[in-house]
Parts: sequence; C-alpha cells; structure tokens
Amino acid sequence: MPDSSHKIVILLAGDSGDGVQLLGSQLTQGAAQSGQDVRTLSDFPAEIRAPKGSIAGISGFQFQMASTAVHEPGGQADVLVVFNVAAYVKYRDQLKPGGILLASTDGFDKRSRALAKLAPDEDPLEEARVSFRTLECNFQTVTKEALKDMDLGSKAVSRAKNMVVLGALTWMYAFDYIMVREALANKFSGELAKVNDKAFMAGYYLGETAEWSAFKHVMPSHTLPKGTYRTLSGSQGIAMGLAAVAHQSQRELVFAGYPITPASDILHELVRQRSKGITTFQAEDEIASVTAAIGASFAGKMGVTASSGPGISLKAEGLGLAVMLELPLIVINVQRGGPSTGMPTKMEQSDLMQALHGRHGEAPMPVIAIKSASHAFDVMLMAAKYAMEAMTPVMVLSDAFIASSAEPWRIPDLSQLLQIRPTEADISRMPYERDAKGVRPWIPVGTPGGAHRLGGLEKQEGSGEVSYDADNHQALVQARQAKVMGIQSSYPELTLNLGSKSDDMLVIGWGSTYGSIHTATEQLRRQGHAVAHLHLVHIYPLHPDLDAVMAEFKQLVVVEMNQGQLVNVLRARCPKHMAFIGQTSGKPFDALSLTETLLNTMSS
Amino acid sequence: MKAKDYLTDQDVRWCPGCGDYSVLKQLTEVFEAIGADPDNTVLISGIGCSSRLPYYINTYGLHGLHGRAPAIATGVKLASPDADVWLVTGDGDALSIGGNHLIHLLRRNVNVPILLFNNEVYGLTKGQYSPTSQPGQHSRSSPLGSIDQALNPLTLAMGANASFIARSMDRSPAHLREMMIAAKAHHGSALLEIYQNCNVFNDGAFERFSNKQHTIDHTFHVEHGKPILIGKDQDKTLQLVQGQVEVIKLSPAGDLSQAWTHDIHDPIKAYALARMAGDLRPFGIIYQCERPVHEQEVHRAMAEQGQQSLEVILHAGRIWEV
Repeated sequence: MPDSSHKIVILLAGDSGDGVQLLGSQLTQGAAQSGQDVRTLSDFPAEIRAPKGSIAGISGFQFQMASTAVHEPGGQADVLVVFNVAAYVKYRDQLKPGGILLASTDGFDKRSRALAKLAPDEDPLEEARVSFRTLECNFQTVTKEALKDMDLGSKAVSRAKNMVVLGALTWMYAFDYIMVREALANKFSGELAKVNDKAFMAGYYLGETAEWSAFKHVMPSHTLPKGTYRTLSGSQGIAMGLAAVAHQSQRELVFAGYPITPASDILHELVRQRSKGITTFQAEDEIASVTAAIGASFAGKMGVTASSGPGISLKAEGLGLAVMLELPLIVINVQRGGPSTGMPTKMEQSDLMQALHGRHGEAPMPVIAIKSASHAFDVMLMAAKYAMEAMTPVMVLSDAFIASSAEPWRIPDLSQLLQIRPTEADISRMPYERDAKGVRPWIPVGTPGGAHRLGGLEKQEGSGEVSYDADNHQALVQARQAKVMGIQSSYPELTLNLGSKSDDMLVIGWGSTYGSIHTATEQLRRQGHAVAHLHLVHIYPLHPDLDAVMAEFKQLVVVEMNQGQLVNVLRARCPKHMAFIGQTSGKPFDALSLTETLLNTMSS
Repeated sequence: MKAKDYLTDQDVRWCPGCGDYSVLKQLTEVFEAIGADPDNTVLISGIGCSSRLPYYINTYGLHGLHGRAPAIATGVKLASPDADVWLVTGDGDALSIGGNHLIHLLRRNVNVPILLFNNEVYGLTKGQYSPTSQPGQHSRSSPLGSIDQALNPLTLAMGANASFIARSMDRSPAHLREMMIAAKAHHGSALLEIYQNCNVFNDGAFERFSNKQHTIDHTFHVEHGKPILIGKDQDKTLQLVQGQVEVIKLSPAGDLSQAWTHDIHDPIKAYALARMAGDLRPFGIIYQCERPVHEQEVHRAMAEQGQQSLEVILHAGRIWEV
C-alpha cells in the first residue's frame, strides 16, 4: 500500500566521488518541481577525495520534502541511500528504526568492508535486515547493463550509478520524471548527457521490474502561492541578491574575494551568472580583497567582499578603515566551525561576537543575519541599502548550512524589490559635512570639482582634513555611532515569527537556526504550549522594539549554535532571567530534540 | 595649472631637510608638465612618512592601510579604469608589510606608476631597520647591527615580472621628473625606486650615490640604445662574465663598439643590472616591456562574455510555474 504520510526525510551517502551532492540537488529539484516543499543539508568532508571507501571520505546529502511547508532538513531519516558499506556505517544511527535502507550491494563486498575497516566476516547488511526495511540492489551491475552499448570503462560506468539511483527514487516518489530528465538534458551535453539519460531511465524502470511497489510513496502536492519558482541555495541567494542590488541602486558593484570554504561559492556563482554591473576580482589574500573593495567604493562603485571566520579576522583592519573613511562596503561572513581552520565544511554561529566587536577602536557597523537561502536574497538588498544610504560598512552573517542548503523559491516581482537610494555626490558639501541623518556625501573619483583626500587618520568634522583635536575626536566617535543607529528608522516592524505576546515563553534565535526553532515551536504549540518564536535579523543595531517585546514574556530562551553569544548581548539589556540552549556539533539542531529541550526549559 | 596649484593648503609635516620634500616638489612639477587633471588623478598611499604625500596634493587621494595601497589602487582601477592612479609607498610599506600586495600588483600589471621612496629605514615609527637596510646597519631595533640581508626592490620586481623598472634619487630633481614622466607614460605597473634620504634616522645612506664628489665613481645612467659608460673619463663599461657584471676598460680607449649597449627589453641583462647592489649602481629605466593591463583585460573579458540582466539571471536554469 502506498504510504501517505506527508513528510519524508531522505539521506543520501557515498564516496566523495559517487556524485551524492549532484544526486541530491537533482532529486530536490525534482521534488520541488513535483510540488513538494524542500529543505536540504549537505554534509561533506573537508578533503576533496579522501581514500576511497573510507568512512572519512563519505559525503552526505539530506533533505526533507513535504506536502506542507517545511523549514528544516529534518532529523532522523525515513530513507537512507548508501553507495557503500562505509556510508552505511557512518549514517546507520541516523536512520529511524524500521526506516528504508536502499543499499548498493556492490559497495558491500569484502574489499569494501576492508576499506571501511570492518572485520572480514562482518556483514552489516545482516544486522540491517533486522532493524530496517532493506532494498538491496547491485547498482553497478544495473548501470553496466544499462550502458552496455556505450563502450565505457568501469570507472565511467561507476560514475553514472548516481543517475540510476536518481531514476529509482524519482519512480519511488512519483516525481515528474519528464522534468527530471529535462533538467539532466540541460545540465549535461554530448556523450555524458546520453550516458546519464540511459542510466536515469534504467533506474526509473528498475522499481517496476524489481517489484519495489511496496516502497512506492506518492506525495500529495504542497499548495504554494502562484508564481514562477526555482530552487535556490544560500550562495545563489547572495549572488542573485547582489545582482538585484546593482539593479535597484543603479550602481555597479565590485566583488573582491579570496578562496575559502564555504564562502567561495559566492564568487563562483557571481562569475557564472555574469550579472550586468558586477565586476569580480580574485585577490591575492583576504586583506587585499577587502581593501580592493574599499578602493572600488572610493571610485563610486559598491565594494563587496566575502569570507569565512578566519578570513574575516584578516579583514578586520580593513573594516576599521572603512568605518573611518565612511564608505559603503558589504562584507559577508559565511561562518563555519572554528576557531582556526576548525571544521571548514560544517556550520556554526560562533562569529557573532567577532561581527559585533572584532575590530580595533570604536568601530560600529550594522550586522544583519541571514536565516535561510531565500532570505539571503532579501538581506543583500537590505545590506546594500544601509551601506549606500548611511555610508557605512555592513556585515552580513551567513553560515555553511545556509550556503549549501536549497529550497524552492518564488522569483520575486522586480517592482516589489527594496528601493535603494545611494548617497549623492553632492560637491556643495565638504567631504565630511553631514546631512540631517549624519551622513557624509559620496563623491566618487572623477567627480568634477570633487577632489578630496580620505585617510585612516582622524578627520576634522566637515572638511575631512587630518585632525588630532581631542573634542573633535570625541564628537566624531559619537557621530559615526549615531549614523549607524540611524538605520533603525528604516527597519521593518518587529513581528513574532510564531505565536503572540500573550504566550508564556519566547524562543529567540538568529541565522540558520530558523528552521529548527520554527519547527520545534510549532510542535510545542500543537501540543498546547504557549510558546512564541522571534528570529532576529538585525543583530546590530538591535530592533528598537526588541526590549519591549522581550518584556511581554514570562520566560525567555535563546537558541544558537555557539557557547552563548547573542544571549549575552541580550542579557546585558534585559533584567529577566534568560535561558540558553547552545550546540556546537557542526550540525543543525534536530527539531525533535530541540522540542524536548525547550519543553524541559519551560518546566524547569 | 601651475605646480604650486597642485598643493593643498595643509602644512607639510615632514622633518626639515627630508628627501620627501623633493619628491613632492618634482611630482607637482610633473603634474604641471603633463597637465594632470585633479578631478581624474588619484594618489593612493599606505602608511609611513612617504604615504602622507596624498594629503599635500590637491587631487583625489586615499591614505590607506600599512602595505595595502596596491590592493586599494587595484580596486580603484577595477572600478574606474580611466582614472590616473598613482601609488605612493615606502620601503617598509611596499616591501615588508605589503610585499605580497606589491608582487601581485606587478604580476597583474595594473596600470599605475609606483613611487617607492626607499630610505632604508622606518622613519615614522622612529628608526627601526627596514627590509632594505644594509646588513650591519645600526638602528634602534638593531643596536649591534642588522643581521638581515637587504631586499633589492628592483630584482624583486623582475621576479614578479614587472613591466617597468626604474631607479632615481631625491637629489637628482631633473632625472627624478624624467623618470616620473616615463613611469606615468608606461602602460602597466611602473615601479620607480627613489633613493630618499632620511636625515633623522639614516642620514647619508645614499651619500656615495648623491654627493657630487663621489657620484661619478658610484653611479651610472642607463638609457635605451645608448652605451653604458662609467667613470670620470667615461672610459669604462660593463660586461657579463658567467652571469656576473664586471667593469672593464674600453680598449682601445673610446672604442664604443665594445661598450654594453643598454636594451630595456633584454630581461637577462636588465636582471644583471638590477642585481648591482654594491658600490656601483645603475639609475634610469632598467627594464620595460609591453604586456596586457589587468583592468583592461577584466573589462574586455566582461564585454566579450556579455552581461546578463537581473530578469535573465533570476530565470536562468530550471524554473517552473505554480
């Protein structure tokens, strides 16, 4: 009997070379196009190709699809697909008891067991058959058979195995196979397109012939608002958001970056999208990328740079300069597990204090946090608005989870996008003569009659000439602060993401924990608990209504992926007891365990 | 505009007698000579005594971060390729803290003249030895004499595949102006090393190259296509022996056919000249070549590829209707 539950979590795992990430992205695309809401989570090793068959080299891709709205990639999996025994060993504890295990048996032979460092006589499939519903299939043989006319080596055959699995799962969940096929035809060309298509169709028919009908699961469609949709990852959201910035501000952008995981994908996306008005530059280091962006802003374009924690530390000197010069700049931190190289492919929210305070001198700058892939698009417009309208650097916080996670996204109507009005090149004012909002003019290089000198030394208010005057410095420290606080006037209203002010407990989060907190809060509310959720987007300055909102609740709890950073910021402003739930495992909060933890917090 | 019109009303704050005054003066005269447009001229500097220069010149200017001027200048040129950007830096700024940025600017060939004030000492921080200080140099941080080898900016630039390498001196105003004009005329990164006397912390470092009594024995000028002649009587020239430069007497005297003819396009000979870091040193344009300019290549590639509108970008790839 086809199952009809409305949420399914699927975890795909194999060697780094098995093409698990590609399989995952094609499958989620298929699910989304077939009317499912989808959230994904990639879990890859930091090494490019760790030894084949080893547990260290396993790459995973998890997604949750549902016929109702979902907000996170799910906790324990309903379905685990493994290309070899190492993948099974790594992820078996994440498969629900009684869940479906789809195992490629060619990866369970003696040799594979040895590579996974199992005892020669240990066959994990025996144990699996007891705990799970197993589907065992030699995908290598199926692929070989499907491609027998094509005269391919065994390596090339192996590489198409993921397409057979894509076909099989497309069949199993009754996705629109024509769309999936088309997507493949668009992605690949020539011989490879033929190979992949053949393998895909072989996988699609496999379900029928192998009599897997008992596992077939037709998902009802999710009702989404009308519109044109696409899937969007966090890195794409940022890149497309920057394209929208160029469009909305009518200013060109210069993006300067230096390769670092997981921020590099922003540069890759920008290079690929070839947006009108965006110049990209791969600098020699992090310091050069931030300072080149500052140079670009001096020349009248919007300078943008991106990195991850350690790279942001290197840029800190440049951020101080940008504060002093009062030039627009966007700096994006795709956070990862730290300190140092830490866990470069894993998520963490441990750079919040760095974003707020990781500079020399009194150097305030707005800090905005992205909560999901689609939110990344909106945040880039916000960041650019503050940067160009208040002449300030702006820090945007993302993380490794958001960077690679994908979701269906309704393409926005361009006429509805945020308006950006860059500060004008008003040469009737002196370079540091402020307007009513405390903002100096933006006079780009080349502006006739606008020649002026900027520098890192303190300036005389108004003229901008060097000044070591004590009172002037005092006044300018305050003026730079006041200008940043001024962006609060353009904040949207502060609204609870779930619940109301009459609830007892408020769960506060920021960034990529949005999905887990939302799901856990929803669960608690369904159980009858008076819990609300507030997700902060503006980390600095905080929303002016935040204190009043916090005062409405009996209990406050902050959930974040660190040892307590936002919570300490909020504790300093709010006299109430504030509970803290933190995690630094490199993985997102499991919504189910978070529900329990919140429940315990409530009753304690 | 006259040279003095390029000066701002700011008080110049270098020590009296500093070689920087000469560089500032020659630069304003060069600006007059080339008719520099203050609206389109940008001076980018790092940190140090030399890097204060932009405050004194009435064009666009940015006094940036220690060592980062090349990166800032690259950003300006990427955003505004037609701006006349000049880089102003010193030996500590360009060769120590900013060494990485300098070599990448040179290899990319961003179209900027670089005025590298070399005084072989840290001045603004009050007298520590610098990367170009001579071994044995006594300073506040090397009271027993520096044990570090001195870095040679010209060979470094050769190594980074710079397209223009030249040397001049604060005390040779006419030559300095000539070199500045040549550097500006060059299409690409033009490194001009300027020997500059710090009369407070390293007075006389270049005395043997600048004092009229000695200069003839310690310096020679190179000019493309002209013979290299050395000494009071111009009776000596150079030759390469197993990769080393040796001074030889012209024999018979006055026979120029035996003289080393300077060829700015010959990288091997240019490198040999650049390596001359002893008591006899070359001045003038050591090396020059034509190669593509970074910011032009970037914009050419962007034009060739074509740029996409926001509407197209948002709808690229798989989309579907609900």
